[in-house]
Amino acid sequence: MSDSGSILTLALSLVLSGDAELWSIIGLSLRVSLTAVLLACLIGLPLGAVLSVARFRGRGAVAALLNAFMGLPPVVVGLAVYLVLSRSGPLGVFGLLYTPAAMIIAQTILVTPLIAALARQSLADLHGEYDELFRSLGLSATEKVSALIWDGRYSLSTAALAGFGRAIAEVGAVIIVGGNIEHVTRVMTTTIALETSKGNLALAMALGIILILLALIVNAAVMALNRTARRLAYA
Amino acid sequence: MRKLVKLVAIAALAAGLSTAAHAEDPFIIVQSTTSTQNSGLLDHILPMFKKKTGIEVRVVAVGTGQAIKNAANGDGDVLLVHAKPAEEKFIAEGGGVKRFDVMYNDFVIVGPKSDPAKVAGSKDAAAALKKIAAAKALFASRGDDSGTHKAELKLWKDAGIDVKAASGEWYRSTGSGMGATLNTAAGMGAYALTDRATWISFQNKNDLQIAVEGDPMLFNQYGVILVNPEKHKHVKVKEGQQFIDWLIGVEGQNAIRSYMIDGQQLFFPNASAEGMKKAG
Repeated sequence: MSDSGSILTLALSLVLSGDAELWSIIGLSLRVSLTAVLLACLIGLPLGAVLSVARFRGRGAVAALLNAFMGLPPVVVGLAVYLVLSRSGPLGVFGLLYTPAAMIIAQTILVTPLIAALARQSLADLHGEYDELFRSLGLSATEKVSALIWDGRYSLSTAALAGFGRAIAEVGAVIIVGGNIEHVTRVMTTTIALETSKGNLALAMALGIILILLALIVNAAVMALNRTARRLAYA
Repeated sequence: MRKLVKLVAIAALAAGLSTAAHAEDPFIIVQSTTSTQNSGLLDHILPMFKKKTGIEVRVVAVGTGQAIKNAANGDGDVLLVHAKPAEEKFIAEGGGVKRFDVMYNDFVIVGPKSDPAKVAGSKDAAAALKKIAAAKALFASRGDDSGTHKAELKLWKDAGIDVKAASGEWYRSTGSGMGATLNTAAGMGAYALTDRATWISFQNKNDLQIAVEGDPMLFNQYGVILVNPEKHKHVKVKEGQQFIDWLIGVEGQNAIRSYMIDGQQLFFPNASAEGMKKAG
């Protein structure tokens, strides 16, 4: 077994070597997970905002359901998407199985409840503060929702980052619907699983460190973006 | 500012989804087993096929059981696995067109150097398994309906041992792939059945070594089958058949023969003369 020092060295040399294969795998990981998070935001943020504003019977039950779906097991989502996209499934004619599109679909399903639930919670708090103001202005529901999303954008970016963290780290769904096909659907997590199964534990761990660094960079970038935006807003 | 955010989001979404739809080189999907991929064989031979035909082969490497189910669902053009009875059943059920022998290697039983069941050096797999059971020595099984798992269960049956009863005691069913099972065996000092190709290329052997080899019962045959286009209209018959013809033809067979690790040949081509002639 390799010691942690040599694993770090390996991770560093992999990054610095500019290995084309590694970079294409990193690129696909980012593309799939960022696209999934973006789609999940387009669905989840309005959904969370509507739930934070709307008053209807069973609202608590919907919120509880959404919170429970934050813990959807990736392997179950993968299996469900496989059954739907399989050539024998209802959407089989599109031939999407074993493509990045299938992986994006699976991760979007995985991440949407998480983003919607976090958005609902933070916008519900915000709505509490804004309620009287909204009443005095006589805003329509749509205007309320868009005002809440816009004013809550900084805390919503944390929801999006949580979604990104879940997407980039999961292996259970993408390995089933993507098939871990070299140069086509192989991403960081499936590569790590493959190298582990080959017994290349040091390489697998080094790739894991690179994946964690990647998540760190994305998070730092979003934080920096937030800070700049705030500064510009108050300038 | 809001408009800008919307624009950026739309542009990013378009970029993310775009390559999912763009036109690609001709490709086929092959449902295969982990042993052909993890051993590096496919990385060795597929570029040769692509160079000759321009056809890209996309490999989904799972256990034989799952590969056959995926192929039965139509999620692949070609099936390349190693469990002859299951392959023949797949064809009998209309899932595939015709089965061709491609190559073979053999299974080996690996175990810890301390050899608690005293089976090292044996050439009799059934006798060795009886000894492992009698000594209640740890045995790590795939337990995932793969080709190797099916072969292992048959060996236990031949040895007259009911492993189900021992599951959770000395018999550990990992329910995972070959590599994961070998990692488990290495970790707990257990015996395990593995194909030789995966074993030779496996990098985390720890103190595991080959204990039993050379029994004719440990023979491991691989076959290739075109998924039935009558059942699944989208199957790429021309490209898929081209791949099969190449694989069982002179060039493919030589490509398989030429794959070595540390001077050891991992797979032994044995397509029938009929196949060779047809493709030659």
